Amino acid sequence: MKVTFKIWRQDGPHAQGNIRDYVVEGLNEDMSFLEALDHLNELLVLKNEKVIAYEYDCREGICGQCGVFINGRAHGPHDNITTCQLHMRSFNDGDTIVVEPWRAASFPVVKDLIVDRSAFDRIIEQGAFITAKTGTAPEANSIPISKEVADRAMDAAACIGCGACVAACKNSSAALFTSAKINHLNSLPQGKAEEHKRTAEMTFQMEMEGFGSCTFTGACEVECPESISITNIAEMNARILKSKLLR
Amino acid sequence: MPLLWELDSESFHLSFISNSQCMKLDSKIPEGPLEDKWRNYQVKSQLINPSNKKKLNVIVVGSGLSGAGAASTLAELGYDVKCFCYQDSARRAHSVAAQGGVNAAKNYQHDGDSVFRMFYDTLKGGDFRSREANTYRLAELSAPLIDHFVQQGVPFAREYGGTLDNRSFGGVQVQRTFYARGQTGQQLLLAAYSQLYKMVRTKKVEMFPRSEMLDLVVIDGKAKGIIVRDLVTGELKRYAADAVVLATGGYSRVFRLSTLAIGCNGSALWKAHKKGAFFGAPSFTQIHPTALPQSSEAQSKLTLMSESLRNDGRIWVPKEKGDTRSPNNIPEEQRDYYLERRYPSFGNLAPRDIASRAAKERIDAGYGIGKLKNAVYLDFKHAIEKFGLNTVKDRYGNLFNMYNKITGIDAYKEPMQISPAAHFSMGGLWVDYELMTTIPGLYAVGECNFSDHGANRLGANSLLQASVDGYFILPNTINNYLATELKEEHPSTDHPAFEKAEKETKENIDRILSINGTKTVDHFHRELGKVMWQECAMSRNKAGLEKAITQIKEIRNSFWSDVKVTGTHTEMNTELEKALRLADFIELGILMCTDALEREESCGAHFREEYQTEEGEAMRKDEKFAYVSAWEYDQGDFRLHKEVLEFEFVNPSVRSYK
Repeated sequence: MKVTFKIWRQDGPHAQGNIRDYVVEGLNEDMSFLEALDHLNELLVLKNEKVIAYEYDCREGICGQCGVFINGRAHGPHDNITTCQLHMRSFNDGDTIVVEPWRAASFPVVKDLIVDRSAFDRIIEQGAFITAKTGTAPEANSIPISKEVADRAMDAAACIGCGACVAACKNSSAALFTSAKINHLNSLPQGKAEEHKRTAEMTFQMEMEGFGSCTFTGACEVECPESISITNIAEMNARILKSKLLR
Repeated sequence: MPLLWELDSESFHLSFISNSQCMKLDSKIPEGPLEDKWRNYQVKSQLINPSNKKKLNVIVVGSGLSGAGAASTLAELGYDVKCFCYQDSARRAHSVAAQGGVNAAKNYQHDGDSVFRMFYDTLKGGDFRSREANTYRLAELSAPLIDHFVQQGVPFAREYGGTLDNRSFGGVQVQRTFYARGQTGQQLLLAAYSQLYKMVRTKKVEMFPRSEMLDLVVIDGKAKGIIVRDLVTGELKRYAADAVVLATGGYSRVFRLSTLAIGCNGSALWKAHKKGAFFGAPSFTQIHPTALPQSSEAQSKLTLMSESLRNDGRIWVPKEKGDTRSPNNIPEEQRDYYLERRYPSFGNLAPRDIASRAAKERIDAGYGIGKLKNAVYLDFKHAIEKFGLNTVKDRYGNLFNMYNKITGIDAYKEPMQISPAAHFSMGGLWVDYELMTTIPGLYAVGECNFSDHGANRLGANSLLQASVDGYFILPNTINNYLATELKEEHPSTDHPAFEKAEKETKENIDRILSINGTKTVDHFHRELGKVMWQECAMSRNKAGLEKAITQIKEIRNSFWSDVKVTGTHTEMNTELEKALRLADFIELGILMCTDALEREESCGAHFREEYQTEEGEAMRKDEKFAYVSAWEYDQGDFRLHKEVLEFEFVNPSVRSYK
């Protein structure tokens, strides 16, 4: 199959970027979207051009490193998948495919389609942990956790940190990402001791990073590869109130 | 040609090799009964007082389970830690992709499990090619590891009463695998990442993402630092430390198509090897039986489907060659459930090496299914009939979703198509009981070392080994070395050894960029992958391996004369990154084939066609090959050393899963 890629090229964080067109032939529908870009890059090398920079690692939808805007949607035309899980069978021969980096002020462009998501790491740094040293743990079964609680914690903990929620949000809010982590840890007995501190400090950092506020449009939930529910955001908001009252 | 010592000698005695050739390989196994060894070690190991720990710096390369576990725990103990990863965040490390679970001898299921049984299963699963003391310690530390992760907030699967749930894995007859849906690796890694960032917050760990180690710096025979390329700016940087820990994972991307992340590479190991670290059993590679089959030449990756699927899924091929009917139209009596047929007592849960070879045997014999006839079926029809759709969804829902996203097939309605794929590197840098390599001050933890798995790793032992190495073992052994380093001067990055290493790295980069040939990096990687997959994967033979070595040397020559890499070294250049990694993979491929050629027996995942029983099972030759090969780099050649494995506590038996 043959498609026309319109791809955002930008040399560095402060360089002027632009969309460039690449007509690519010889693709097939079993190729993943990223394999199609790999193929394009090989063609560029042979034409003595610089390759397009884009991110990926595991290519099985779990590491969260890949992620681009495809035809105006985070991770492409389907709901709840990562870019690496998108295959060319989702496009038609002759299609034009527009590829852009995540757009959010808190995710500055590094190069071409690569953005800097270290703001997420800094939110994690502010409390997405249980302060217990290696070697101090009690017997694992000494604290029972009901299946319902464990399952709900797992639902939230499944976040892969790709940033699609931020990219899909008109306010560039990181509320889904932050709430998922807070709810995962705060709902487990092990995380209770620090729950209010964690909620307060992680949400403070989220604001310091310049992410917008959540206006509950639900766009994030549609794109999240792990289908993390926006009810997490409501739960986080309740926790913020509680942390203000009880901390 | 490599120097193969003593192999052809008829008068070959284990006592002889252990005396004459293993002087450099002191495995430092502590004295005493198996169950006391680790305690005995800790009692005698040197300690460092808290105020002195602050004065010591440790570099950790890699931020996966073993790297993040080691970095955070060392920082908690008081050391200053610098941790490096090539990804944009520590949370991407490939531990994240392990699906099925983590083993521990908790005996929560009351099914007769114990530390000794787990030790024996692991040793046997590895076909008696690992050290008893290490393997025992792995089993011994498994139970506290589950305690640790529960405390760190890992949402493991639970029973309704609130206790932890378990499931079975291959090669084992008890239920000792703990899991968090099909995302156990992700949950353990995120716990390790969280703990790491807890220590970043306290400024005890400095994190360097998008940074790739390109050389090891050795001063007076000791590891004292690394050369790193900043992947954003291209700048080469020097970092000095009192000890260096490699936690860089596996190198199965040498086959190009593998279950590994695209960025996984063997460069850090290879640079350390070239600086003097011996490489242990490099050819021992696990081929995973349940990955998605290759569908085209352009494919970059073979996605793994968790082995846990074999708990309830049944593997089969049609009884008739070239049967093109839809699987649902093939009646029961025309299906060959070949694992159940050949291995009735373990059935679909036979160990990975055996399951992979059995699949290859059927595919090669012409019974393969799918577009390229390169796959077998994994069928859940019976499980759905027996347990109901909801139970199957609860157990494997995310794996079925993943399968659907990639293939477009609904596996609740028709069987999955699976195929063997290169997966885990049992081989790695040779380490002693302290996890130290043959370079003093250089440690290797997790998949990048050769330690506990022998010639084949059991499912759900990988997360275990990575975690136990990083959290529990290294933080208890590194002090034994650092206690002596306390008296030494801290290394400076102005030392001529740093200057030299940086200069050589720069020259290597310049050389690659200046070739300006006619073929892409991926072209050469595909070539290398084909040779390695053909000759050095599931089954190997003398002629094939000899041919492979010649072919890889040709690939090396044409790579260095005809590769084309665009862009410069002073910018983010993903093509250059790939080229640097591939250059090392090519050399590593030669060593892997050399190792496979030298080992004239079949054991675990290493199957030499010349050494098999009439039924096609692996034939081990303990009298000649009960050792770990440890290769020394010698100016482009490889010199073999042997660590003889002495079995004091168990009697190596013929592995049978029938």
